[in-house]
Amino acid sequence: MARTTSLIDPAPDIIADKGVTDQNDVPILVQDLTVAYHRKPVLWDIDFSIPEGKIIGIIGPNGAGKSTLLKAILDLIPKASGRILIYGKPYRQQRAKVGYVPQRESVDWDFPVNALDVVAMGQYGKIGWFKPVTRKHKTLAMESLERVGMADYANRQISQLSGGQQQRVFLARALVQDAQIYFMDEPFAGVDAATETAIVKLLQQFRSIGKTVVVIHHDLQTVKDYFDYLIMLNMRIVATGNTSEIFTPENLQKTYGGRLTLLDEAVQAIAREGDRRL
Amino acid sequence: MNPRKRSGIRYISFRHILAPAIILMFVVSTGRAAPDSIGSIRDTTIEWPTIDEVLRVVLLRDYNTRVVVIGTMLLGLAAGVIGTFILLRKRSLMGDAVSHATLPGIGLAFIIMSRFGGSGKHLPGLLAGAMITGLIGMGLILLIRNTTRLKEDAALGIVLSVFFGFGVAILGIIQKMSTGHAAGLESFIYGKTASMLAADAQLIAYVALLILIVCTILYKEFTLLCFDQEFASSQGWPVVLLDITMMVLVVIVTVIGLQAVGLILVIALLIIPAAAARFWSYNLLTIVIASGIIGAFSGLAGAGSSALIPRLPTGAIIVVIAASVFIFSLVFGSARGLLVRIYQHLRLLKKVGHQNLLRAMFEWWENHDTSGQSRIHRQSDTKGAELANSVCDRDSDNIGNVEHSSRDIRWGELLALRSWAPRRLRRLIRIAIKEELISQLSLGSYRLTEVGKAEAKRIVRNHRLWEIYLITHADIAPSRVDRDADQIEHVLGRAMVDKLERILASTSPDLAMPSSPHPL
Ligand SMILES: Nc1ncnc2c1ncn2[C@@H]1O[C@H](COP(=O)(O)OP(=O)(O)OP(=O)(O)O)[C@@H](O)[C@H]1O
Ligand SMILES: [Mg+2]
Repeated sequence: MARTTSLIDPAPDIIADKGVTDQNDVPILVQDLTVAYHRKPVLWDIDFSIPEGKIIGIIGPNGAGKSTLLKAILDLIPKASGRILIYGKPYRQQRAKVGYVPQRESVDWDFPVNALDVVAMGQYGKIGWFKPVTRKHKTLAMESLERVGMADYANRQISQLSGGQQQRVFLARALVQDAQIYFMDEPFAGVDAATETAIVKLLQQFRSIGKTVVVIHHDLQTVKDYFDYLIMLNMRIVATGNTSEIFTPENLQKTYGGRLTLLDEAVQAIAREGDRRL
Repeated sequence: MNPRKRSGIRYISFRHILAPAIILMFVVSTGRAAPDSIGSIRDTTIEWPTIDEVLRVVLLRDYNTRVVVIGTMLLGLAAGVIGTFILLRKRSLMGDAVSHATLPGIGLAFIIMSRFGGSGKHLPGLLAGAMITGLIGMGLILLIRNTTRLKEDAALGIVLSVFFGFGVAILGIIQKMSTGHAAGLESFIYGKTASMLAADAQLIAYVALLILIVCTILYKEFTLLCFDQEFASSQGWPVVLLDITMMVLVVIVTVIGLQAVGLILVIALLIIPAAAARFWSYNLLTIVIASGIIGAFSGLAGAGSSALIPRLPTGAIIVVIAASVFIFSLVFGSARGLLVRIYQHLRLLKKVGHQNLLRAMFEWWENHDTSGQSRIHRQSDTKGAELANSVCDRDSDNIGNVEHSSRDIRWGELLALRSWAPRRLRRLIRIAIKEELISQLSLGSYRLTEVGKAEAKRIVRNHRLWEIYLITHADIAPSRVDRDADQIEHVLGRAMVDKLERILASTSPDLAMPSSPHPL
């Protein structure tokens, strides 16, 4: 499999750069990625790879394309160009290795299910077509609710949970997927200090058993404490690398301050062009 | 997402409940059918059934009636079940647009069939035509939404009006083309079970059963799709295929419902039972079943009444019945019904008032206790012993150790403690006296009874534990905690208090009765 992919793209220089010999050891490899919504590019020429067994943060201002990057990796939106490999293979073949925690606002919490039901959804892929959820799956779901400290709330209807509790339910659902890589879209948004600490502990547990965790994050204060590795993003990659090396005022300035006005203008022009053609 | 959340219900209440209800009221009150412009209703009088006729229908003696009633009932069942999913998927309006898009198909099928020498009114042929344009309509909505920048509501509006208008035009052409033959096609617009044959009803029944089977098999998949499409997709579920399957089921229900309910109102049979069922439960499976039952009941009762009074438009009756169930559920529903919510609200209000009264009296007593300082001392002396049995329900005799002030609180002082209205305070006191938590020694002078003191102590303790928790663990400013604690302490259960004790045991030494973290 690895052979065929390397035939398509004979010179993956990024791999050579990092001195990695085998793509199969790289949890995520992104090459040349461009993503556009209605012809308006929101991610340009993204190239990076991430190390295994680390907690990786993605930071950038609102609209930088952080969520879009995750969605592109998870094949939820089409790519304009480029490719993404998870342990050397396209996402399609590696789903079982990937767990996803979407942004909490992405679902309707008034939906008539309880916390346990939501967590059990993490196993639907394993259960497969047509077969119902059995007691065995519910037991597993219960265990993962326990791990996030939500066992008491298993039978609560999800609308009756607080924001932080809802976030924990989502985490439990990812836990029960038993994946190698986890993607989390702003897991700390709208949770209190205690829940945030609990979530961070959980992430560190993951790391200690060799799992890779990718987290979109907004609070710059805690970046140094939480993340080993960082992707600084603003429509294009500003910097990637160990937090201690790249979390610098210059890079922050490049990411957050002084918008990339030229790039912005180009985007607007392309969008206008698109409008005219429609 | 949010603004569209309840659009299904709101949308139906205006167009689909009111209109038929008004027509029906008009019809019933005047004893005359609505004027010609209402399409299928051409007759001007209504003949009320005789007792004998009523019995015939109720007991289902007549074979044709029996088949029609059962067929319509199964239709309602299927619509209720699949309707729950499209309500949760927020696709109610798409169902409506699709049902309107079936009309040109009916007309075109009629023309084609009569051209090729058929009767033109062969039902399976008409339904096939309806199905085809319905699916085309659905495809167009998706196409418009995905390829242009128009939003979904615009796409729905375009497809609904264009297809329906086109259908009306075709019916007009048919009327000119072959007068007489086409009579009855309009019954697809408003629904008329009277024109239904046993064979038609059988077809409906089989298709409805098929839909039920598919929904049962795909229950888990549909649930995931409705709740979290992105997650489903990330897990590799073919979201688009599932979505199309669901919408095709909706089109099928719509098509087999055309005869009984009519294409304008069939959406109501999809959505109203589901919306009503949500008032009875928080559990999806229960809601699906309840919705099916409500749909089945509406279909049964609607077809039954229609058999009694054949000139009433069946669709309208079915919708009015479903709407009545909806209104009943809205008021009496055991999960989110109005009465339940009002009751819960009142009970909480009462509980809050009751707890505030006892807490106010207890804290006042703490402040005016003549042996105030010594009390606090004694508490820290006996700290170890008290921690051991820190659950204060059990150590209420502990209060006996503390001699309380002989002073009783006066009405005016009590009133000044909190910002409560005199009337409310008076009522709270009356209730507390009746429950023997407070005694009134002389007029306007009150004191906590022994039972009241124990209760008050428990409440105050919970309040303070919670306040301390908020300050130490949630970083809330001490000046604000009183108000925040107020909102939550009333719902603190035993389990939560235990948890608080465990959390605070390490940081707060005087757990048995912590002193207030802010000036009283
Ligand atoms: N479905 C969509 N259709 C069109 N444009 C979109 C869509 N989703 C996002 N965008 C645009 O793409 C850009 C990047 O959005 P994205 O959600 O990835 O940002 P983000 O970095 O996650 O921001 P935030 O911090 O606010 O979550 C934004 O300019 C946004 O307006
Ligand atoms: Mg985002």
